[in-house]
Amino acid sequence: MMEPSNETDTAAWAVTPLPPTLAAEARQLIARLDQGQRLWLSGFLAGASNRTAPLSSAPGQPKQSAVTILYGSQSGNSERLAQRIGAALTQRGVAFTSLDMIDCRKNHLEEARAVLMVVSTHGEGDPPDRALPLHELLHGRKAPKLSHLKYSVLALGDSSYERYCETGRQFDARLAALGAERLHERVDCDVDFDAAAQRWIDAVVGQVAKSYTTSSAFESIETGIASRPMASVSNAYTRKNPFHAPVLSNQRLTARHSSKDVRHIELSLEGSSIHYEPGDAIGVVPANRSSDVNALLNALRFDPELPVQVEERSVPLREALTDRYDIGLVNKGLLSRYAAAITVDSLTELLRPERADELRPYLHGRHLIDIVREHPSVGLEAAAFIQILRPLAPRLYSIASSQRATPDEAHLTVSLVQYQSLGLDRVGVVSGQLSDLTAEDALAPIYLHRNPNFRLPAERERPVIMIGPGTGVAPFRSFLAEREAVGATSRNWLFFGDRSFNADFLYQTDWLDWRKRGILQRIDAAFSRDSAEKFYVQHRMHERGQELFNWLEDGASLYVCGDAEYMAPDVHRALLDIIVRHGARSQDDAAEYLVQLQRERRYQRDVY
Amino acid sequence: MATERRFDLSSPLSQLHSNEQVKHDSRYLRGTLQDSFADGITGSIDETDTLLTKFFGIYQQDDRDLRDERRRSKLEPDYQFMVRVRMPGGVCTAAQWLALDKLATEYTSGSLRLTTRQTFQFHGIRKNNLRRHIQGIVASGLDTIAACGDDNRNVICTANPLLSAAHAEVSETARQLGAHLLPRTGAYREIFLQQDGEVPAGTQEEPLYGPTYLPRKFKIALAVPPQNDIDVFAHDLGFIAIVVNGSIVGYNVTVGGGMGMTHKAAATFPRLGDIVGFCSPQDVIAVAEQTMCIQRDYGDRKDRAHARFKYTIDDRGTDWFRDELAQRVGKTLQPARAFHFETSGDRFGWHQGQDRRWHYTLFVENGRVSDFPGRSVQSGLRAIAAMHGSLFALTTNQNVTIAGVAAADKPAIDALLREHGIANDANGTALRQHSIACVAFPTCGLAMAESERYLPKLLDQLDVVIREAGLERERISIRMSGCPNGCSRPYVAEIGLVGKAPGKYNLYLGASASGDRLNALHRENIGEQQILDTLRPLLFDYAKHRQSGESFGDFLVRTAVVRAMRAGRDFQKEPA
Ligand code: SRM
Ligand SMILES: Cc1cc2nc3c(=O)[nH]c(=O)nc-3n(C[C@H](O)[C@H](O)[C@H](O)COP(=O)(O)OP(=O)(O)OC[C@H]3O[C@@H](n4cnc5c(N)ncnc54)[C@H](O)[C@@H]3O)c2cc1C
Ligand SMILES: Cc1cc2nc3c(=O)[nH]c(=O)nc-3n(C[C@H](O)[C@H](O)[C@H](O)COP(=O)(O)O)c2cc1C
Ligand code: SF4
Repeated sequence: MMEPSNETDTAAWAVTPLPPTLAAEARQLIARLDQGQRLWLSGFLAGASNRTAPLSSAPGQPKQSAVTILYGSQSGNSERLAQRIGAALTQRGVAFTSLDMIDCRKNHLEEARAVLMVVSTHGEGDPPDRALPLHELLHGRKAPKLSHLKYSVLALGDSSYERYCETGRQFDARLAALGAERLHERVDCDVDFDAAAQRWIDAVVGQVAKSYTTSSAFESIETGIASRPMASVSNAYTRKNPFHAPVLSNQRLTARHSSKDVRHIELSLEGSSIHYEPGDAIGVVPANRSSDVNALLNALRFDPELPVQVEERSVPLREALTDRYDIGLVNKGLLSRYAAAITVDSLTELLRPERADELRPYLHGRHLIDIVREHPSVGLEAAAFIQILRPLAPRLYSIASSQRATPDEAHLTVSLVQYQSLGLDRVGVVSGQLSDLTAEDALAPIYLHRNPNFRLPAERERPVIMIGPGTGVAPFRSFLAEREAVGATSRNWLFFGDRSFNADFLYQTDWLDWRKRGILQRIDAAFSRDSAEKFYVQHRMHERGQELFNWLEDGASLYVCGDAEYMAPDVHRALLDIIVRHGARSQDDAAEYLVQLQRERRYQRDVY
Repeated sequence: MATERRFDLSSPLSQLHSNEQVKHDSRYLRGTLQDSFADGITGSIDETDTLLTKFFGIYQQDDRDLRDERRRSKLEPDYQFMVRVRMPGGVCTAAQWLALDKLATEYTSGSLRLTTRQTFQFHGIRKNNLRRHIQGIVASGLDTIAACGDDNRNVICTANPLLSAAHAEVSETARQLGAHLLPRTGAYREIFLQQDGEVPAGTQEEPLYGPTYLPRKFKIALAVPPQNDIDVFAHDLGFIAIVVNGSIVGYNVTVGGGMGMTHKAAATFPRLGDIVGFCSPQDVIAVAEQTMCIQRDYGDRKDRAHARFKYTIDDRGTDWFRDELAQRVGKTLQPARAFHFETSGDRFGWHQGQDRRWHYTLFVENGRVSDFPGRSVQSGLRAIAAMHGSLFALTTNQNVTIAGVAAADKPAIDALLREHGIANDANGTALRQHSIACVAFPTCGLAMAESERYLPKLLDQLDVVIREAGLERERISIRMSGCPNGCSRPYVAEIGLVGKAPGKYNLYLGASASGDRLNALHRENIGEQQILDTLRPLLFDYAKHRQSGESFGDFLVRTAVVRAMRAGRDFQKEPA
């Protein structure tokens, strides 16, 4: 007879002593607060209820109490015990913050001084669902150092299971390994946990009360985040001298049955002094796949070790073909240079102006290796061959994170380019390179590419409309994280689109979280392959035309990111139509309306 | 015995479980469902709305196999809906079978699922298809109202109305009971059928239920002895038909049965209904209505783990109930009459009814109507429905009876059964044919261990033991549930397996073969090898030392392998 209540939150509300209407108001209010504001409020209330705490602390100042109760619960036992600990602390006049593990971020651990943890074990020795993210954080490469922290763990379990109180044990060991100091030995509780838990609470609360008196409960803890200079300052890293960023995470975003492989890649910027702003991109230094390089060397019958001159340096041919030259798709220029160098009549023929119609399909999906195989480079020297090649260009990826929310990190949203042409499987050079970075010690050679023309409005109260289908949504994840972190008060509206709702809704849970927290007021999504007729973002914009126009009239800034070939022009046309229709303007006036928006930097695009 | 009133309908809402407030505020189950359906950003509906859809046979679920993977991918859970059909007595026409089969291929993950309460379930319906799906069911002449939720559920009865006049009468009574106790809210028409606008506020839409409906689900079952296929003692309210010379003279009434419990919480337990008396056929509706109303008024509305009628009865006693019922109905129940139950299983294969027509009860493993390699259950039944054109009678053992077949049509049906590899003789031991598994993973949100996906594999191994022991024709019931809620009614199985964690089960033994004695805990939290190692010697012992006609459950009790479980409240207590 278990209730299907996966939200412990709901369980807590279920037993609220507040009358229903007040509970509903409180719930709504809390939903509108950001993390920092919530923390302040919880500290404030904890203090207020024990009366001895000073009530005069200004909002925004105290981030989090020194003592934090951290609970991970599936069926509510641990959560109830957390409440009991809270009551005991209140009685001793200790202010505290109580956090569900699902809400616990790295900075909470960094700011806390003493953590009292209650956690149960589920499955076969697994953490409760809501404890999983924290469990992963602490056991992963991004685990914080915790030498400033004192803690104790109360573990709930059932001794009839093989792995009794396993999760509690793991947290306990891991916190110690990360440098935290036990203020009391872990206690493991069986199903009849009451007495054992009470003994642990008495002991631990007693200890904590000694060190964390009420007066220090509101001490403001330096977070190190607020004092960071936030402008994207230029730094020493360039494509020639990249920063080798450790890859913290390389996570597929699309479902297993998706037609696409899109990755969320988290890079560590620690020690780089790279400071970016939302809207900026990361440049990735490219390297051709070794299998592609080898295939080309074989087809050319060149000695891979043969030294060649590149920019006044002598390097082995293999290296030049890996790092310096584009050996992928062939364009007209390359084809004519190659044709000239090896004097093949059929190619020269094909290049004649009157055969342009044939040339385009010929070049489509045709790589250098294909040309070389079809028309061997008899008599061509390696040094001459590389002369005709194009330099290998770095690739840019919009940053999908905010440094204010996740310091020392840059997140990218990378769609792996994969296709078949001429019967061969092809993989994009850099998206392929990035998606292969899955090893523990993987490094990505990167530099910061600033984009001052894709910037959030300076005014925090200005509404923002974001149109970003596919990977075009990446910078908007950065925007929202930033707006949340700085406490921007305005409305935000996102348009997203992709192929399938179920498989391709990039960052779906992030948007849902932001919507729940009141950061994202509106979100509309269009999926092109879910129904017979194709739905794209511009269709959603049309449906919401009146409202969209109202937002613009209210001063909203509008951003478009993503595909330059089809999406951006379609969206632009949709905007014109909407302004004509809902703004009762002529075509020309509508065009002028958009130009004016651009002048005011209220219509910015980052399309590729 | 009667205790004072606490946390029931007479208490202020603020003191009760939050679900009571949700029901109360929902405007007769409308909630914010319209908004939930309009929200294209999530495949889920608002959390409080998930409580409301249950009253319309609709459960929000997600594919638990994918939950973790999708969380990592920053995708919400793979939300989908389970839909349960209301089909009192388990009867549908061949045309309805075909209509539901078509809906399954259109909007769901493909299969149909026959349940332990003789109806159909669909799984895997997306939010954006849900209303079309429901409308399709309604177009077939069925509906989904009150198939789940805190209301009177699908009324079940001994399978196959065509078997005899008594069966027909019981089936008709089940239908009438279901209709009489049906919620009346217009929300179903407005929201799911998209027919009319909301009725004006303040309208009393539920004369029987009131705005907060029942404290918990309420289940009614009717049995025609000697068949106890429906496990009459496992339900809140039961009626045992007393048949004299082929006609029903009345019913023995049972109250306070139920299966669900929480592991290790001794205050929760499965309980068999108590026989409280006898009523005439004319009084059945009044007795059922008033019994449900007693539970409506006295059932615990604070602790949902203590809210079923079985606890109201266990706390207050049957004398109290009899008095309360007599007051409400205006007459007392008569003393119970004698009856005899033989089995809680189904009668498989061909058998002939009173009117000489034929009926074939087909074993459908775990009720899963789908095409498996070498065994195309779904195509086979589709073909039979297309040619046969009479009735399908679902059984509460997750099987189906192809009912009302003329002798001349038997060979054609036999041929189809063989052609699709689904004839009973092709499908294993009597143990397997008396097996039931609940759905559990990947759709059931409450599952702790596998059930439907695992029991057939466990049976592959047990069948070897059974054959070695020479017991392959012995009707031993084995039932598995993925959690202690007990949807397969495992606590009245001779072998009950109830999930605790992935791969781990509690083993309960020693229930009677006819459903009138609970089993008892024999081994806790064991895996496959231990299950086999435990059962093997017991089965061999049984084969060797049983008395004539003795069932496996009775044998285990007689030889003191397990104690005879007399009362539900002892079920989770250590033996004294
Ligand atoms: C489909 C079915 C099992 C099967 O394999 O056939 C089933 C499946 C579920 N049952 Fe059940 N129950 C089913 C018969 C039963 C029975 C057997 C019976 O009624 O004869 C019981 C035991 C009798 C009883 O009610 O005590 C049963 C006791 C429960 C309980 C425990 C109730 C309790 O008060 O103890 C729950 C959980 C709950 O209600 O909180 C539950 C809940 C569920 C849910 C809806 C899970 C949930 O609440 O989220 C399961 C859906 C799984 C899925 O993915 O399909 N189901 N459930 C049966 C559908 C019957 C029907 O058509 O209405
Ligand atoms: C400002 C900016 C921001 C960007 N942000 C992002 C971002 O956030 N996320 C992201 O994923 N990308 C982003 N890009 C694009 C990115 O820079 C790369 O262009 C992209 O990843 C492809 O690079 P590659 O090296 O993997 O593929 P390449 O090796 O360069 O191959 C790509 C080329 O293959 C060809 N091709 C692709 N499919 C086919 C096919 N089916 N048949 C024939 N030919 C085909 C096309 O000509 C395509 O240009 C951004 C680009 C810019 C300019
Ligand atoms: C499905 C399930 C699996 C469990 N697995 C374990 C386990 O592996 N080890 C253990 O010590 N306890 C296990 N438990 C017991 C719980 O940890 C225990 O019930 C605890 O009190 C739950 O606390 P919570 O309500 O805060 O989640 C399990 C419980 C359930 C329901
Ligand atoms: S017994 Fe448990 S696991 Fe099985 S269907 Fe019922 S609720 Fe789900």
